[in-house]
Amino acid sequence: MIESQAIIDTLKHAALSAADTIHAPAAHVAAEHGEKFEFGHLLAHMQNSRTLELPGGHIDLPQFPPLHVGSMTIDLSLSKHVFFMLLSALVVAVFSIYAANRNRKNIIPKGIGNLFEVIIVFVRDEVALPNMGPGGLKYLPFMLTLFFFILIMNLMGLIPYGATSTANISVTAALALVAFIMIQAAAIREEGVGHYLAHLTGGVHWSIWPIMIPVEILGLFTKPFALCMRLFANMNGGHIVLLALIGLVLLFRSIIVAPLSVAFSVGVMMLELFVAFLQAYIFIMLTSLFMGFGMQSEHSEEHAEHS
Amino acid sequence: MEPTALGYLSAGIGAGLIVIGAGFGIGKLAASAMEATGRQPEAAGQVRTSMIISAALIEGATFFGLAICILLAVK
Repeated sequence: MIESQAIIDTLKHAALSAADTIHAPAAHVAAEHGEKFEFGHLLAHMQNSRTLELPGGHIDLPQFPPLHVGSMTIDLSLSKHVFFMLLSALVVAVFSIYAANRNRKNIIPKGIGNLFEVIIVFVRDEVALPNMGPGGLKYLPFMLTLFFFILIMNLMGLIPYGATSTANISVTAALALVAFIMIQAAAIREEGVGHYLAHLTGGVHWSIWPIMIPVEILGLFTKPFALCMRLFANMNGGHIVLLALIGLVLLFRSIIVAPLSVAFSVGVMMLELFVAFLQAYIFIMLTSLFMGFGMQSEHSEEHAEHS
Repeated sequence: MEPTALGYLSAGIGAGLIVIGAGFGIGKLAASAMEATGRQPEAAGQVRTSMIISAALIEGATFFGLAICILLAVK
């Protein structure tokens, strides 16, 4: 019984000391005094914080004084999620440049260059070309950048002491904003401003325009909003399930639950690995689909003729 | 019953209802896609692509609902 208590304490400390977040002092006190465990303390691991957890301890990230623009206060200092976002950007840049240089040297790609080539050909043939047509090839670099960036950010949360930047709604909102600008820019570039504005009327009789135009404008914003929410919720969902499963051990205060909950956690981790790839794919798939809607000018003319 | 308790209750019931709806929708979608692939195996790629797109759209609506449930439970 003593051993099991010790194991529980070790688990609890491992779980709690993994994050010295803003809530952490309360969590430590609760753990040391053996008070009733609360789910909120575990939840703190998923949240953004000002410190970076490392195996030996934690590092306080450098902070900068916030900027004041008008009435807004913009805090540009580093946080856990910002750090991991920059780290994944660095990883993507380093690996793609390395792979590109290797592929330039070897005519037959091998190793990491081969891996990149497989993904790039997949994105070109399965995502960009079917959705955007041959004109979509000039947006392929954008799609690939988005794909690798989101993928690496998703995978960062699965390594120990890592954090998923895409589980922060600000990050996904920024990505969706970029996607929104690209969708509108592609539509205007391919069709011209006139066609773009004509498409907003839905091609109906002018008497219904007062209803149609607000609905179409609303439709422009719901697409990137859905992109933002989807990525955020998917990345958070897996972590919440993991925390709930690990939390079962602490909730029941019994070692008997541990094997079951660890086994289920491994299963959920596998699922998260799949979801990380799937969500990166879905994000660029839908972005290219929406870009394709705006880009096919014959589509909008057909739209106008039929209605 | 306290208002807070009602909030938690509604969040739980709402999440369950949303998952029932989304599960039913995606299940129906997958069943139709399987049937279509069985009838026309050479169009499997196209069927899969449109299936993933529709599933993602259903999932998006699901997450809107679930986000409201989380807001109910947290606030």
